[in-house]
Amino acid sequence: MGVTGSPTNINQGTRTKGGIGESTLRPDGILKVTGEFAYSSDMWHEDMLWGHTLRSTVAHAEIASIDISEALATSGVYAVLTYDDLPTAMKNYGLEIQDTPVLAHGRVRHHGEPVALVAADHPETARRAAAKIRIDYRELPVVTDEASATAPGAPLIHEGRDDHHIGHVPHPNIVHRQPIVRGDAEAAKARADVVVTGDYYFGMQDQAFLGPESGLAVPAEDGGVDLYVATQWLHSDLRQIAPVLGLPEDKVRMTLSGVGGAFGGREDLSMQIHACLLALRTGKPVKIVYNRFESFFGHVHRHPARLHYEHGATRDGKLTHMKCRIVLDGGAYASASPAVVGNASSLAVGPYVIEDVDIEALALYTNNPPCGAMRGFGAVQACFAYEAQMDKLAAELGMDPVRFRQLNAMEQGTLLPTGQQVDSPAPVAELLRRVKAMPMPPERQWESAGEHPDVRALPGGLSNTTHGEGVVRGVGYAVGLKNVGFSEGFDDYSTARVRMEVIGGEPVATVHTAMAEVGQGGVTVHAQIARTELGVAQVTIHPADTKVGSAGSTSASRQTYVTGGAVKNSCEAVREQVLEMGRRKFGTYHPAWATAELLLEGGKVVTDGGEVLADVADVLEDEAVDIELEWRHRPTEAFDLRTGQGNGHVQYSFAAHRAVVEVDTELGLVKVIELACAQDVGKALNPLSVVGQIQGGTIQGMGIAVMEEIMVDPVTAKVRNPSFTDYLLPTILDTPTIPVDVLELADDHAPYGLRGIGEAPTLSSTPAVLAAIRNATGLELNRTPVRPEHLTGL
Amino acid sequence: MRVNFTVNGRRHEADDVWEGESLLYVLRERMGLPGSKNACEQGECGSCTVRLDGVPVCSCLVAAGQVEGRDVVTVEGLADFAAHRSDAHPGTGCAPGACGTALDSARRWKAAPAGEETRDTGELSPIQQAFIDAGAVQCGFCTPGLLVAADELLERTPQPSDADIREALSGNLCRCTGYEKILDAVRLAAARAEETV
Repeated sequence: MGVTGSPTNINQGTRTKGGIGESTLRPDGILKVTGEFAYSSDMWHEDMLWGHTLRSTVAHAEIASIDISEALATSGVYAVLTYDDLPTAMKNYGLEIQDTPVLAHGRVRHHGEPVALVAADHPETARRAAAKIRIDYRELPVVTDEASATAPGAPLIHEGRDDHHIGHVPHPNIVHRQPIVRGDAEAAKARADVVVTGDYYFGMQDQAFLGPESGLAVPAEDGGVDLYVATQWLHSDLRQIAPVLGLPEDKVRMTLSGVGGAFGGREDLSMQIHACLLALRTGKPVKIVYNRFESFFGHVHRHPARLHYEHGATRDGKLTHMKCRIVLDGGAYASASPAVVGNASSLAVGPYVIEDVDIEALALYTNNPPCGAMRGFGAVQACFAYEAQMDKLAAELGMDPVRFRQLNAMEQGTLLPTGQQVDSPAPVAELLRRVKAMPMPPERQWESAGEHPDVRALPGGLSNTTHGEGVVRGVGYAVGLKNVGFSEGFDDYSTARVRMEVIGGEPVATVHTAMAEVGQGGVTVHAQIARTELGVAQVTIHPADTKVGSAGSTSASRQTYVTGGAVKNSCEAVREQVLEMGRRKFGTYHPAWATAELLLEGGKVVTDGGEVLADVADVLEDEAVDIELEWRHRPTEAFDLRTGQGNGHVQYSFAAHRAVVEVDTELGLVKVIELACAQDVGKALNPLSVVGQIQGGTIQGMGIAVMEEIMVDPVTAKVRNPSFTDYLLPTILDTPTIPVDVLELADDHAPYGLRGIGEAPTLSSTPAVLAAIRNATGLELNRTPVRPEHLTGL
Repeated sequence: MRVNFTVNGRRHEADDVWEGESLLYVLRERMGLPGSKNACEQGECGSCTVRLDGVPVCSCLVAAGQVEGRDVVTVEGLADFAAHRSDAHPGTGCAPGACGTALDSARRWKAAPAGEETRDTGELSPIQQAFIDAGAVQCGFCTPGLLVAADELLERTPQPSDADIREALSGNLCRCTGYEKILDAVRLAAARAEETV
């Protein structure tokens, strides 16, 4: 078992300065604070053109005609492209199902779908030219929910589907469906003393990364293209881009440019193919930068969900059974919907022991905006519902909600509904204990400052809407279960190239991977791993590009595990080769070369007893050791499509939250006072970054609880609030203090025992805030986000 | 049109500026100063915050023509600005709205050369160093705007309360950090300043 404690005392010493376990600082930090870090929207090239995308103004329509002549005749315009200009027969792309048109052909399926492209010498020229393109839309009826999508005669979003899920879905407007049946829920219900049901709605959340979709495509002399872009997975982009351009993959050279956040929203392509098409057509570099309005249309969102849950429990507080149905709205194109369904179903029961379950999750095709990956990926929607159910059951039984959860908490060895055994620590009850034990914020904090209430501490803040009358406090708890890494048999590997050489008399390591650094701190951790494994002070992180093998996606909390594992693996191979060179050169001088366990520390070859045998610089001289290896975690397997059984996940992560809120019951205003979190991270490779990730994830979960929602008109399927004016994000005034308690229980299957951390805190903070608001108001509150009208009964 | 103004202590002249261009566009695309960020271009996120005659503004909402003859400080000039703050303001602190640097003193500065690999971190302003040390930088897209806003706060209120910090930075969105480490960074910079007094 690992070390426990607060983040201030998990910083255990390692032998190499700047190695794992230390809060080393970001290597890109100085560039980022001086404004010199080159984000994808900062790219510039001599003679560069600006690309612009014309998007559909309606959600569902046949395109009768497109007239580009006036746009093309505009001074300063170099190219106008439509579907007809695509160079090959491959005109669609997609992460899993190739159902997304590069440019709409014949039909648009959602509001904001790309229809045409313009390249011009000024971004405003491109925008104005695009506005001159005339499109004759013949509007079609929209499907927007399960009833309209599966009604007799409903328009099919994708006619003639030929993907591999079509054989398993009851209707072609269902992307994918995954039932999970284990035991006999109906029979187990007979043992229940109380049964509670609930219907929940989870709103559509946006990743709202701050750096807009952007990049620069530069045509090359060999007929290929160099693309500098912000993405989460260079090789996945490449696999989708090259066939559409009709180019072999080696002629599409991709380099990661600075990424301003991602949170799942950059897993799908946005402007990549568009910029390349314009660059290849015009023969000039083309830059595309979305504005915020376009960004809301340019990436997929978190699936909104309707969830129906039924749980039973005995009088003494043991769960008897669970039945649930989760309907996710995938919107017009599949994106990651099949995998989101897999997660929502397999994690639908949460971190609890329930042997008899009957689960169904499915994702719809509709004319709503496409939905795909976002931090928490299918698990957040389920967590919101099952945690509400836990509180309902505890209330029915007259039990403390934390005690009730602890009574049913899973632990190492528990079987999931998929039949998979959890074979690493699962400290669910302990995390709840810890978060409950943290000191509470003082009551009525707004009074403590002095005689007059400090309105800044009250709901409504400086709006001065209350001086404390009608303000009530509530406390809520929640805990969640998230898988780490790609599941269901996906070949989830990563690649790292590590080079060691002597520069200026000092050994230096270079780490080259295709990992997308999106802000999570992977580059920091890679340097720490190389210092630990190779005992060098100086580590250079090579820019991420497609000249090295795939690193997989920066998502699913997997990068430190998988690419970190690849870096560790390659470093170990480099170390072995350096030691072998040392044995050949100096082996005869000291018997320890043959007999002792040897390490690299402080630029020297040392025995495990600390005896120095040689300088690494003398071993290497002017030779370099350069090794590129792939690394895989344990394989997983697909879920059975009828029963949902299968060892589908590789690792789990757990976080628990306690939310304290104050609600102005007269105006329906909520102030979250504190969001305390306890999370098990296996091993904190960089405690500072770990806490930063937990706090960031916590606030994204809080955002969906109280303010964030993309509003889609139920009649027209048009997006109503695509701007930061109307889509509300938590500001520093909206956020509470976030004390964090980090637990380190090693997962023996993972590198250094680490556990993916990025997503788990996003799961439990939402239901914790909802529970606290329910606790404060006594209202049922079955949807996110909670708005004032839900609290005041308007 | 032509626009003449001072950026980070250096006089600039931008030609062929279209009347609808924002200060942000001119800085990023014409001056080669992309440090001010383009996250919403609607005045909602604060990523493009610069100081215009000393006052923090969203540069996306300032028409380029409005800066004629005026003085702009961006994140690229923040370290130099902080280093010469005492030249501009002998004494300590200044009243809200009264801060800012006269053109005369602005003209005495030199913008720091860009792109050295071996920068001594002593050349960063205290708030820049504090953002790094406190772990307040993740993706970093919000960072330039937050730095400009936080630096102005500390100039105005050297020992701010948490409520002061939250109020001053409420126009700057951050999607990565949850803001806690940004609060830490401002507290750290304030504490270090108090130590050195």
